[in-house]
Amino acid sequence: MLHSCQIGVGPAIFRIGSDWGAPIRQLRQLYGHYPAVDDAVPDFTVRLYAERWWRRFVRPSVQLSGDYMLPDASPLPLAQGLLAAEMAMNLQMAMGWRRHLLLHASAAERDGRVLVMTGLSGSGKSTLSAILAENGWRFLADEFALLDLDQGHIHPFPRLISLKNSSIAAMDKVIDNKARFGPILKDTPKGDIRHLVPPQSAIDAMRESAPPILLLYPSFGKEKQIREVAPTENFVRLTQASTNYVALGEAGFDALTRFVQNVPALAIDYSNANEAMAMIDELWLEASR
Amino acid sequence: MKASKLLAQCLVRPAHLQTLTNGDVTAVITAARAEKLLATLAMRSENIAVPERLKHIFQDAIIDCNNVQRLAMWEVDRMYFALNSLNIPVVLLKGSAFVAANLAAATGRQVGDLDILVPRVQLEAVEAKLILAGWEWVKDDPYDQQYYRQWMHELPPMIHNERDGMIDVHHTILPLTARPTPDAHSLIDQAITLDSGLFILQPADMICHAAAHLAADGDMAGGMRNLWDVHALLEAFAQQDGFWDSLDKRAQAHQLSDPVARTLRLANRLYGTPIDKRFAGTFSLLDRLLMRRIMARDAWGREAYIFTRFAVYIRSHWLRMPPLMLAKHLWIKWRKGDG
Repeated sequence: MLHSCQIGVGPAIFRIGSDWGAPIRQLRQLYGHYPAVDDAVPDFTVRLYAERWWRRFVRPSVQLSGDYMLPDASPLPLAQGLLAAEMAMNLQMAMGWRRHLLLHASAAERDGRVLVMTGLSGSGKSTLSAILAENGWRFLADEFALLDLDQGHIHPFPRLISLKNSSIAAMDKVIDNKARFGPILKDTPKGDIRHLVPPQSAIDAMRESAPPILLLYPSFGKEKQIREVAPTENFVRLTQASTNYVALGEAGFDALTRFVQNVPALAIDYSNANEAMAMIDELWLEASR
Repeated sequence: MKASKLLAQCLVRPAHLQTLTNGDVTAVITAARAEKLLATLAMRSENIAVPERLKHIFQDAIIDCNNVQRLAMWEVDRMYFALNSLNIPVVLLKGSAFVAANLAAATGRQVGDLDILVPRVQLEAVEAKLILAGWEWVKDDPYDQQYYRQWMHELPPMIHNERDGMIDVHHTILPLTARPTPDAHSLIDQAITLDSGLFILQPADMICHAAAHLAADGDMAGGMRNLWDVHALLEAFAQQDGFWDSLDKRAQAHQLSDPVARTLRLANRLYGTPIDKRFAGTFSLLDRLLMRRIMARDAWGREAYIFTRFAVYIRSHWLRMPPLMLAKHLWIKWRKGDG
């Protein structure tokens, strides 16, 4: 294709090809501090292209595709090309990755142990992981936590953090280095989106896994409350939060069973980020004992 | 074209992978995935040394393939369970047959829908039993239903309401509108019993079926995989005494001599398949066009040659039904808005 680059995130390498230069330039810039993988054989190929040739120029719209694709993916305007690339890379992971059990979750590490947070979108798991990353934790993932099939470790997948709507302004206040932010993408299918480069320490250690000791189900916008999640409920919810649980067969079942048996799970309701941070600190202290 | 060509070379001789640049390896992997041949390449490469990254990619493909084949055999089991009481011969076709009979063509084979062949007089009984066991129509549009029943070689496709497995129940191997009329009776008469009690086509008929699909019916999409099936089957069958004579006779009986000959030529050109040159004839201009369409994958996994593909698509419909009927069919499809 006319423009292309390769990006390595955690254990995966992507090849991205595009009919336009802009999305590739943005990717190169935002992933500039990740290890170079230009000459490696990639795991997945992603294509950003114009459905009709004139769509390259007139109201250019980006159709996404690749090794794995959804039959009904709708195109995005060229201004959201970066989002298209990120979505396409996520799709390859969700549908094609088999080396770990994929959990739709964020994750952060402290003292060699991992906190995993899962929940529906809007629960705040992504924002909380971004805040933890600026407060002494090592950022592992904001979208996919990779659960090792043999040892049960969580493997980092520190792609760009995708900030949505109100968390864009919130993180802007916290982070001084504005070069870590991508362009603000207005009115995407998921609202406003801005990508954030994870701290360099997280990128440098993106091949180092660690064992999980706490699983949280955060839920934003409610009265402060903590409750235990029963193993049965936990297991079923995690099968729904995994994109490759079925495809992995027995190996996926074994890995998930071990995770549920070894890692305590709590649901936390919170009304603001500070409250959530205090709750996480307290629960983490208890889980680390 | 280059990616397809490299893929063909690596399938035949996996050690070829070791001589390629990383860029070419990437092209081969991408094309293989798009052609549903990655697991085949992976399993054939198990005994050669490849870099760690490639080994992981191959391992993932093998995991998927094993799971898909296990699920396919479970679908076969459930289908047989549903039809067992009818006491009729049920012939497995294509991927499910290769896997059930453990043929070399099963290596890395992605199995999609379950295809079976049953005697035409038993169609209604089979249909009723499948519905009883949870299969449902995918297309309940009256025109589609009527079209399938009147003109096609199979019932309208059905899908299981719990497992999502698709089943195609055939009573012959070509649409009734196509010019050749295969001898469906003898396909079933000469079928071979497996230990399970299910049947597979006899070797020569298996090649005839593949040829009917490829050269007489299909628009050549997935041609690399279909020809690989033929290649893997023929490598084994060519060892059997009298196989080529048998293929010649069976192809005539099914009015498929030309498609079979063409399929042999294409497989031989693409994969160096062992063929009987007298029977296969010589490589023609049309063969070259078809070859170009079959090998249309580029290094990014896209299909190039839009005009070649369109020409072959038109040809496939031309072969499938007479012109006036084709016009009427497309008109009705267009009016319904799904043409």
